[in-house]
Amino acid sequence: MTNRKYSFVVAGGLAILALFAALWVVLIIPKMNRTAADSLGMGDYALLTTDRTPFTEESLKGTPSAVFFGFTHCPEVCPTTLGDIAGWQAELADQGKELRTYFVTVDPERDTIDMMQEYVSWVPGVLGVSGPEDEIKKAITSFRVYAQKVPLKNGGYTMDHSAFVMLFDNKGRFVQTISYGEQFDSAMKKIDALL
Amino acid sequence: MTSLNKSALITGFLMALATSTWAEDVPKPIPFPPTQQGGGMNHMGHENYAHGMHAMETVGDLEISGFYSRETLPNAPVAGGFMTITNNGSTDDRLIAASSDISGRVEIHEMAMENDVMKMRELADGLPIPAGETVELKPGGYHVMFMELNTALIQGDTVSVTLEFEQAGSTTITMPVAARQGGMGHTGHGGHMKHGS
Repeated sequence: MTNRKYSFVVAGGLAILALFAALWVVLIIPKMNRTAADSLGMGDYALLTTDRTPFTEESLKGTPSAVFFGFTHCPEVCPTTLGDIAGWQAELADQGKELRTYFVTVDPERDTIDMMQEYVSWVPGVLGVSGPEDEIKKAITSFRVYAQKVPLKNGGYTMDHSAFVMLFDNKGRFVQTISYGEQFDSAMKKIDALL
Repeated sequence: MTSLNKSALITGFLMALATSTWAEDVPKPIPFPPTQQGGGMNHMGHENYAHGMHAMETVGDLEISGFYSRETLPNAPVAGGFMTITNNGSTDDRLIAASSDISGRVEIHEMAMENDVMKMRELADGLPIPAGETVELKPGGYHVMFMELNTALIQGDTVSVTLEFEQAGSTTITMPVAARQGGMGHTGHGGHMKHGS
């Protein structure tokens, strides 16, 4: 290969690379930045809280918030999570703070707003969220949580569902999760970083 | 630019494409983000709720101990019951049914956490209690579930439950109702209980 040909190839290669780089900066980086995290919780779901206020993607903005999905026929995870949240709120209350928390049902068929109101009433800062089944489905998709109806042999059913608490900053952007059963101190560290 | 840089850039580009495709076209809800815990079966239960519950019941070759239920949340339609069953005999047995006055039905369930997803299954054939073995019904694993609760369970109450075994027959145990699980074992009377401290 002559020097001249060689430099052609190099120049061509560099041009392609430059194009890639430009594409990267213009298209890919912004896309990456608004991938999973930023779009989490964003969607056109329209639900109702136990305060009878709307719950939409706009609800996540303005103040940091926690969101978790569950249902009242939940034997263990949901009561325990609410118990954990009550513990966090008690700690926050000492600092004059409260974490706005939404408990969104994955079982709108049985969990009416009235039913949920009492269920969450004992935990400060927690609002129940329910609504029509298709709107709940939209929310489940928007938050990318897992929820699946599982029939029981007597004709009833239970729900498999994601068991973590999702934290959002005051712009409504997803920050991180608190796992089911996560240690108190670890959870508080995440919440403190948010508030 | 070195060839290392080139290939890194191209790889990065391809990865970015892959990432963006994944992020935009999620076909159905997935458990996101990925698991942060082990995800095994029955490993996530907290232990030691049963302190102070020393009652024991014997039926045939079976010994039932450490039984309790938990205070329910307001309006909760369900509650769980927990116990330890030891089969001292040489014949396999099976818990095939349970019933109680406090609920329309009692079912035998298994709960498991898989990739941060809570799954609950009804044990349609009951819960095997193999000869010479001990089976624990505990939070995060096997439990009897009171469905269609007709009363709220309050700490300090007791719940009468009839258990039916394939071999040993039936027996009735009286479960004390323990405090709720979670960040606080109290309701409405101040004070903080910190997990793990």
